[in-house]
Amino acid sequence: MARPFTPKVITANDLLEGDVIYFKADNSWTRELAQAELIVDEAEAQLRLLEAEKQNISIVGAYLADAKAGENGPEPVHFREDFRRKGPSNYSHGKQEAAAHV
Amino acid sequence: MYKYNAFDEAFLAERNAQFRAQVARRIDGSLTEDEFKPLRLMNGVYLQLHAYMLRVAIPYGTLNSAQMRALALLAEKWDKGYGHFTTRQNIQYNWPKLNDIPDMLDALGEVGLHAIQTSGNTIRNTTADHFAGAAADELTDPRPYAELIRQWSTDHPEFQFLGRKFKIGITGSPNDRAVVKAHDVGLRMVEKDGEIGFEVIVGGGLGRTPMVGKVIRDFLPQPDLLPYLESVLSVYNVLGRRDNKYKARIKITVQENGIEKIRELVEARFEERRHEFDGTDQQLLTDIKTHFTPPALRAGPTEAYEAAYEADPVFRAWADTNLAEHRDAAHAIVTISIKKHGATPGDATAEQMRVMAALAEELGYDELRISHQQNVILPHVHKNDLPAIHARLKENGLATANIGLISDIIACPGMDYCALATARSIPVAQEIATRFEALKLEHDIGHLQIKISGCINACGHHHVAHIGILGLDRAGVENYQITLGGDATETAAIGKRTGPGFAYDEIVPAVERLVDAYMGLRSDESETFLETYRRLGMVPFKSALYPEAQKKVA
Repeated sequence: MARPFTPKVITANDLLEGDVIYFKADNSWTRELAQAELIVDEAEAQLRLLEAEKQNISIVGAYLADAKAGENGPEPVHFREDFRRKGPSNYSHGKQEAAAHV
Repeated sequence: MYKYNAFDEAFLAERNAQFRAQVARRIDGSLTEDEFKPLRLMNGVYLQLHAYMLRVAIPYGTLNSAQMRALALLAEKWDKGYGHFTTRQNIQYNWPKLNDIPDMLDALGEVGLHAIQTSGNTIRNTTADHFAGAAADELTDPRPYAELIRQWSTDHPEFQFLGRKFKIGITGSPNDRAVVKAHDVGLRMVEKDGEIGFEVIVGGGLGRTPMVGKVIRDFLPQPDLLPYLESVLSVYNVLGRRDNKYKARIKITVQENGIEKIRELVEARFEERRHEFDGTDQQLLTDIKTHFTPPALRAGPTEAYEAAYEADPVFRAWADTNLAEHRDAAHAIVTISIKKHGATPGDATAEQMRVMAALAEELGYDELRISHQQNVILPHVHKNDLPAIHARLKENGLATANIGLISDIIACPGMDYCALATARSIPVAQEIATRFEALKLEHDIGHLQIKISGCINACGHHHVAHIGILGLDRAGVENYQITLGGDATETAAIGKRTGPGFAYDEIVPAVERLVDAYMGLRSDESETFLETYRRLGMVPFKSALYPEAQKKVA
């Protein structure tokens, strides 16, 4: 039996900056996972990924990543996506650095 | 050391201009990512977890002060103020912007450095003994041959699309500090009937299928080096598998076909190839050798060193661990630890790079080396200058006295940076170092190599560590396997797995149990961890690691 579909977000890296970006419901990109579109339907996920890939001129390597609904929006399921959301653990660089400057 | 001639400079400038245009075409949409990716990889540009990464080759680990300053400039101007020295004698920048990379490459070009073939299925940076040209035990300096290989392999038309990457390591000493048996081709300089040549080792490698290389030719005369290497590469290029990425390295080709068959094919190809070499390579080598004339070492007494050694216990501890024997009795080889307790192994700030450059320029005959153990070396230092060097290093957080000890850990970037990683490496290394520093046991424990990889590709060389740690993803959680008894030297061996892995918060206590067990088991203080393991085998260490399993049996 096929595994049940789990919710997803679409994520990629920005072409120029190289940093992690997430696809929003309005077809734009955000740097914050919480603002990403959480996709709960499998067929819809494939269509949204095709939509995101239309912007391949300015993004790199879009893919569907497991996510779950949280209080403030989507949250990561796997620790890899958690690191992508925050940055490395040895320095306060990456997204956690930007967040600290707000 | 090698200085670029007009041809080299023009070649690199043209190559950098080509890459600048490729970047521009990717940004304006003329190139897709699928088209651009192989081009950027050929120039050392990866896309990692959080950002692009630029991998710069430090050919055979040798740098002068101007080059080290250029590395500092890149760190400061286009990155976050630091660089990461790797196990392949490269430096990686973790945060460059795509638009800036062509400028970074131009800045490198000005000091004769590049990022060509630091990725892709090509011949990579040739690594060498980091004590080359200085070590007391050396037959001859292997670096002119490494430079010859660099020039031959750069843009070699036949070897731009190999089945997989290809790594060559070379040493001129019987004591192997360059892990040559874990390379696709390892070259060990040996003497036979008064002539120096190469023992050629093939099919070594770590990764998914770790293997110790096998000798394919026990003595290769020096002039035959390039035709013979071409023959090995050529046989691999035809015979190597392209159906499965994980079976594409030459170690698998050797395993599947047998060393005898590979040797036969290589020798046959060699008979053809050697006639195509008209002696130009030997003329080039003669010219290259003039760049590696040993520095005119200063004579003079070493009483200031001896006085400091007597008087200052901190200096003495550092001298005991971080100095190695130089071929000249009045000189020493200094290893600068880039492994301060709790810091990221291999990371140096721009300021630290400048301090090391200045020390090399003022007191070290303008030479620096990067070791595969992720440290920096001043290969030639007059012993009387050691107290001054130590003082300057101390001021800059570079005087950690831990070379060869438990906190001198190799760690790959792991899941903190690498897109391929399955678990983190860096924090595990940081915590092990911090823990044993707090216990003040490190010097008592003695020589012990811990190496950590954050995935099965084994950039952290965990298979050849005395204690190897491999980070994996087990059902969405970081899990760490331990191997014991690996050896990265001339007596190379692949470590054996102890058993089930450990969770992230269990791995440091597990290492501590192993070390405690060793301290109780060693015959005396001079018996190293590896020697104790070899004497007693896995069993006592296993019971220390898995006390619960012991209880169940009892």
